[in-house]
Parts: sequence; C-alpha cells; structure tokens
Amino acid sequence: MTRGGAARRRVRAPRAVVVAAALGAAFILVPFAGLLRQVRWASFAADLGGPARSALLLSLASAVAATALALVLGAPLAWVLARMDFRGRALLRALVTLPMVLPPVVGGAALLAAYGRSYGLLGRWLFDTAGVQLTFSWWGVVVAEAFVAMPFLVLALEGGIASVDRRYEQAAATLGAAPTTRLALVTTRLLLPSLAAGLALAWARALGEFGATITFAGNIEARTRTAPLAVYLLLESDPRAAYALSAALVAVCVSVLVVLRGRWWGTRR
Amino acid sequence: MRLRRVRRGAPLLGTLAVLAALVALAGFVAAPPSAAAPTPTDPLRGEIVVSAAASLTDAFARIARDFRRAHPGVRVRLNLASSSSLVAQIQAGAPVDVFAAADLASFDRLAASGLLARSPVPFARNRMAIVTKPGNPLGIRGVADLAGVRVVALCGRTVPCGAFAATVLARAGVALPETRVTRGADVRETLGAVATGDADAAVVYVTDALVAGAAVTTVRIPSAVNAVAVYGIATVRGTRQRATADAFVAHVTGPAGRAALRDLGFAGP
Repeated sequence: MTRGGAARRRVRAPRAVVVAAALGAAFILVPFAGLLRQVRWASFAADLGGPARSALLLSLASAVAATALALVLGAPLAWVLARMDFRGRALLRALVTLPMVLPPVVGGAALLAAYGRSYGLLGRWLFDTAGVQLTFSWWGVVVAEAFVAMPFLVLALEGGIASVDRRYEQAAATLGAAPTTRLALVTTRLLLPSLAAGLALAWARALGEFGATITFAGNIEARTRTAPLAVYLLLESDPRAAYALSAALVAVCVSVLVVLRGRWWGTRR
Repeated sequence: MRLRRVRRGAPLLGTLAVLAALVALAGFVAAPPSAAAPTPTDPLRGEIVVSAAASLTDAFARIARDFRRAHPGVRVRLNLASSSSLVAQIQAGAPVDVFAAADLASFDRLAASGLLARSPVPFARNRMAIVTKPGNPLGIRGVADLAGVRVVALCGRTVPCGAFAATVLARAGVALPETRVTRGADVRETLGAVATGDADAAVVYVTDALVAGAAVTTVRIPSAVNAVAVYGIATVRGTRQRATADAFVAHVTGPAGRAALRDLGFAGP
C-alpha cells in the first residue's frame, strides 16, 4: 500500500483483519497460480489444437447464441418486472431467477422433463408434430445455457430499468414520441450500461455451463461437447490439453471482467 | 433508494433464519449413527475406502453390506467412478484402501508406479450388450444396426467400457461417426443416456442392462463379436487398514462375494 492517496479515506485496520483478508485473497488466487503452473507454454498452441480447440469454438458460439436467446426472452420480462405492478410480481421474480441458485444438474433434469423427446412435457409433442429433438443437439446446448444464464440478464436489466429517470421518457412523450419510439430511442439508450453488464454476465455464465448441458444435451464431439465438458474429459486422458484449455477459458473470463469494468460506457455508481 | 434498502433489512434477517434452520436440519439428517462396537472375537475395525468401477455399483453395495454384517467394527465407504478415473485418483494420492476395476490393464498403470500392495486378483467377468428404448422402437437387432441410429451412447474412449465397445464395433465392422456418439464418463452415465435421456441406443455391460430393468430393452451381442471384461481387485499400497483391506478382497473373491456377483449377472473369473 502506498501512502498519500489524496482523496481516499484511510482506515487503520487491525492486523488480524489484514491477515484474514490476505488469506481470503490467497484462497481465490492460489488455484489460479496452480493452474497456470500446469500449462506448458512452449507447446500451448499445439495442446490447444484438435479437440480442445473445437470445444472452445463450440463454446464461444453456443454462449453467444444462448445470450441472444436470453436477451430476446429476458428483456421483456425484465421490463415487466421493473415497471408493471401486479399481484405475484415478487413470486414471479423469485421463480425466474431460480436457475441462478439451482444445482445445474437439477436444471438439466428439469429441461429433460420438459423438452425431452421421450417423456418431456413439451418435448414429446415437439418431436411428434415437428420432428424437433433438442436433446443431444447443438440447440439443446443453447437452451441449457440460456436457461441458467437468463436470470443474470433479467436481474441486471431489471435493476437498470427500475433506476431509469422516467422524466426523460415523459419529456420524449410531450415532444410527441409514441410509446414504442420512447422505448427504442430513450429507455434503451439509458439502459446501455446495465444491458452490457447483463449480457457479459449471462455470456460468461453460459460459457461455463456444465451440469445442465451434459444432462440435457449430452457429450457429442463437435456438437455438444463444450469447453467445460472437454476440460473434464481431458483431465483424465490428456491433462496438458485440459490445462491449456482451462487457461484459455480463464483468459476469456478475465477479459469479460475487464470489459465489465471498462470505461467506454462510464462507471456505474 | 436509501429508504428501500433499509426496508430490505428485515427480509434479509428472515433469509438468514431460514438458512440457519436448513443448516441445522442438514446436520440432524446427516448425523451418522454411532458405529457398532467390534465383537470380541472379531479383531477387524476401522473405515476402509473401496474404489470400485461404476458397473460394480449394485454388486459392491450388497457385498459391502454383507462384509459389514460379518465385521460390525468395520465401515466401508464406496467410491464409484470409471476405472480410469479411479486410477487417476489413486495416482493423485487419493486415500484409497482397495481398488476394483473393470479391466486388468488399469492395474498395470498402478503397478508401474508402485501403488499396489499386492498383484490384482481376477474375480468376475462381464460382457457387453446393446440397450435401446423400451420395446426397441427402432428395431435394432445387432451391432450393425447402430450405424443407422441418431444418437448412440458409448463410454469415453479411455474408460474400460468405451474400449470394450470400440472392440465390439471393430469386430462387427461398424464405424460410427463421432458426431452421433455421446460419451458417458462412466457406464452408468452411458446407460442413463438411454434409460432417462433421449439417446436411441447404448453399448453397456450386460449387468447394467439387467439393473436398468424395464427402463430399457436389451439386445444381445453374439459372442463372436463380443468383448469380455475381466474384473480385478487389489489392496492399494498406501492403505493404513491393511488387515481390513485384505479381508475385504478375500470376501469379494470368496464364496459370499461370488454369490452376490452371480446374482447380479456377473460370470465367474
């Protein structure tokens, strides 16, 4: 710590607290140090080739698709939760954020019971009438990831919508803007920071999805074997590739954090 | 905003109270029954960890129960996963006393690193079978028909059941494109892809097909193309319960163990 930080208020911390805090930080950081130590940097590109690379690309693409799906389904929901007053709103909010705290495998089991071809609530009908099978398909990965990631987007966006100063919208209305125009041009513009935060969080959560994906979409090479699944499998058969892929995922997630704290849309207060 | 936050203090307390109640409940439920005192005539006591191949799940649950009945001072903890995962765990220093695998090759890797206290004893044999959805809706009659199926579940390539499935497919001259194969981490996960999931067929052990009961229909694989799994068991070098571990191995390879294995469909060694 450097002395003489001008505006920052200084607190004399008890030594025990500082030691405990250092332990806390080490608890989070030591595993990353261990992970990075296992990476063979000389052969990094080669280790990241073949199955690891295809899994990483598959993961990046499916996380983008899942985030898009979460946005399409989640944005209207966030607006309704933030702006409309109706009976059961708190319950609805609690229920739609359930996947955030649910064990992901349970989410996968629920998806199977809903969209599975054999006995799914809707899946059976989907397959019999339209021949659509989500399980063991790339779209199954997208659905599983969107299911666990959407609550992050909904909560971030709802918070943003609730804190938008409605006088801007009222001003737009007095200037003759129709409700849809107001939503598109004024509200959305004010929401950009929370939208970006929500998208980044949802995307990162989708990227890391494991339990729901393997339960619902299986583990098919180049189709449903995402990077987390590949890490899990490679740890046993090819640890070097597993650690290279893990390091790549860490790098991706660190960049998400950097973007989240980035300046280009201003710091949130 | 400030006011709202203050009001939220009460629900937070409520949440904490609920959490505390849950923790207390979990503690109550998880409280282990007190271990029975060893009988004066039986010198064996203590806890052993038995790492067993996933296909032994039901057989070893029964064998462990019988063993405990014969030696009331002993507690057996089963650690079930694919044989290859169990090898990796032991190599990484897992405190395991007995290892039982679905092939003898798993022991070679441990013996090479000096991790076995004794050489493995073969104690059972198994064969592969095809399982399909109940009633076999696709009319799969043999290995060759797997080529025309949408999703086939197989164990990972490094897992014994995956290696045996590869042998079966090669002997039958069937090449499955990897894009139609979902890989289970162990045989029970592979079985589950058909029994509870949407995979059309899986290649698993005959004994797993028996355990699944009505959830699947079994299609025999002729012995000309079938593979034979030979199960082995050995005491692990690092054990601190040598006498108990050796006694467990003797129990598995003795008459009581053989009877239990035979009841669950395993063939003699």
